Amino acid sequence: MLTNLRHLLRYRALIYSLVARELKARYRGSVLGFFWSFVNPLLLLLVYTFVFTVVLPGVHPPELEPFALFLFCGILPWSWFSSSLLEASNVLIAGGNLIRKVLFPAEVLPIVTVLAGLVHFCFGLPILAAFLVYYGVPIVPSDLAWFPIVVLVQLVLTLGLALLLSALAVHFRDVRDLLSNLLTLWFFATPIIYALSQAPSSVRGFLNLNPFTHLAVSYQEVLFRAGPFTEWPRLLAVGAGSLGVFALGYLVFDRLRDTFAEEV
Amino acid sequence: MNAIEVRGVRKTYRRYGRRKQFGTLKSALLGGRLLRDLRPDETFDALRGVSFEVPAGQTFGIVGRNGSGKSTMLKLIAGIARPTEGTVMVRGRVSALIELGAGFHPEISGRENVYINGMMLGLTKREVAARFDEIVGFAELEEFIDAPVKTYSSGMYMRLGFAVAIHVDPDVLLVDEVLAVGDEAFTHKCLDKFAEFRRRGRTVLLVTHSLDLVTRFCDEALWLDAGVVRTHGDPRRVIDAYLQDVAKAENVALEHAAAAPPPEPVAPAEPSEPSEPPPPDMFKADEGRWGSREVEIVGVDLVGRDGRPTHVFPSGDPLEIRLHVRAHQPVTDLVFGVGIFNAEGVCCYGTNTQIEGATAGSLTGTGEVRFAIDRLDLVDGTYKLDVAAHRENGAAYDYHRLLYTIRVTSRLRDAGIFRPLHRWTFSGGVRISGLQS
Repeated sequence: MLTNLRHLLRYRALIYSLVARELKARYRGSVLGFFWSFVNPLLLLLVYTFVFTVVLPGVHPPELEPFALFLFCGILPWSWFSSSLLEASNVLIAGGNLIRKVLFPAEVLPIVTVLAGLVHFCFGLPILAAFLVYYGVPIVPSDLAWFPIVVLVQLVLTLGLALLLSALAVHFRDVRDLLSNLLTLWFFATPIIYALSQAPSSVRGFLNLNPFTHLAVSYQEVLFRAGPFTEWPRLLAVGAGSLGVFALGYLVFDRLRDTFAEEV
Repeated sequence: MNAIEVRGVRKTYRRYGRRKQFGTLKSALLGGRLLRDLRPDETFDALRGVSFEVPAGQTFGIVGRNGSGKSTMLKLIAGIARPTEGTVMVRGRVSALIELGAGFHPEISGRENVYINGMMLGLTKREVAARFDEIVGFAELEEFIDAPVKTYSSGMYMRLGFAVAIHVDPDVLLVDEVLAVGDEAFTHKCLDKFAEFRRRGRTVLLVTHSLDLVTRFCDEALWLDAGVVRTHGDPRRVIDAYLQDVAKAENVALEHAAAAPPPEPVAPAEPSEPSEPPPPDMFKADEGRWGSREVEIVGVDLVGRDGRPTHVFPSGDPLEIRLHVRAHQPVTDLVFGVGIFNAEGVCCYGTNTQIEGATAGSLTGTGEVRFAIDRLDLVDGTYKLDVAAHRENGAAYDYHRLLYTIRVTSRLRDAGIFRPLHRWTFSGGVRISGLQS
């Protein structure tokens, strides 16, 4: 497994080029082009803002104001997470031709999906920054220093799950259908459109088991809340767990690697 | 030193059984059968006990029928699949021309695809950059290299894929039936490139149905049949053995078809019944059998060089048509005829005893008629035969229309129908070598 990982390093130029291709190809032929990377999260945000300020006003406590910003801190990383996993569950099957005919490490494909998602996530950050400035949220530099670490933890977690799901989906096509529903459940089981403190204490223990809860809370604390970053012990715990998930995902992927060429 | 060593390789593929089809993640998890479901239930061996070695610098051909395991072997050598048993060892960088342009993304330009494809095949970005102009020049796509690949014709697509793969500059090049990618000129360029590979001492493994290519280019050949090595060695010998086997198989297939009896009239030998309506047109290629049956052709044998019945005849070999005939009542105006038609229904040759001057043919009881051709000088193809016994006025006793099929085989792909016995002679400054006939 370690030799395979080292082997993968030799393909980093390929990964880089494939990510670039992914981004270029995605918007080829659209009028707005790259601009969609900014517009997409913005539109999503508008939808949620409309629902929670016009249709359902007053369901969220005042400390979550401005609510649009609060939402944005959770939705942006969540769309990276969910779209990466959804795409990863299909990436080996869609790339079947490559896997059957060309010798190259197949894990490149799910990794590229996750990294392309990361780039989109980063395109959303200027919008987020603009909102932060617009609403005059106080910037705490010591908090912001944690931001890359939060992103890193999410990256490792997403990579691990993407590897696991992409490999399993080759053998069980149902993973794809299962996943889209599971992700909807997972979205509502994560404090993104509500704050963790709003949840009744009986449910909170359950929510705490969800690794993405701590990621979302970390994003919210780092970007949205003024106070010091208190989530860090749990974030680091999730980080350690994510390394475990990555190891497991890679192990399963590696085990099933030889079967891909026959099954896709 | 060997560039490729294959030892005792077995490759087992799973067949999709019913259980697998309905097996889902849910049922696997519920039954705790996750690992068991990932194990094959019904299997078949694509390769069994295959061993061979390819010394470095050789051009090596693999031939065999469809489904004989050639492509599987190539995938094992390329490292795309792994053998179930045994080992495959390859020294040096491998490039596989298995599917050209696999992994091209239609939406982006040819230029970017060349880079990505090259890197997938194991080059670094710098190496691709150094070879870029050569690749594009080879593919003859200078004008279109910045256009999205989806706008390419299939020929352009394949040429670009081929150009990238061959410029990976591998120590071992694996080629699977990909020479049919371009026009004549491009094919020649590819062959030149192979020749260059050979000169530089690289190893080429060629999987092809073009036997001609194997005899022309390969130092050694291997014949795979249903996953087992049949023969291995000098290409000409291997190809001959292979061709004989193919002919045998065709013979079996034709015999099988012939075993179905020719359509019999409802009441076979009732002379009192008025004869069926005469054949509409002698040159219309409808199969069938008709006639009044006072004389009946009860059996037809096609006999080849070795005196045994066969359906496959190498071009230039003798062919003898033997008719077993029986007269249900004595006749005195009997004429025997034969005709040979090609697959398009063109009459290649037709004659009968009357045309050749015979009169007052008669038959009582049974007899045998032999029509021998010393040299069947026809080009490669499938031919059908007419045999007939009829009256001098043309009314049929028993007419078998296109009921017998023969296959004429030839290694040459000359055109037309008839191959006259011929030879070439050259004099003066003309030098031509390698003529095969």
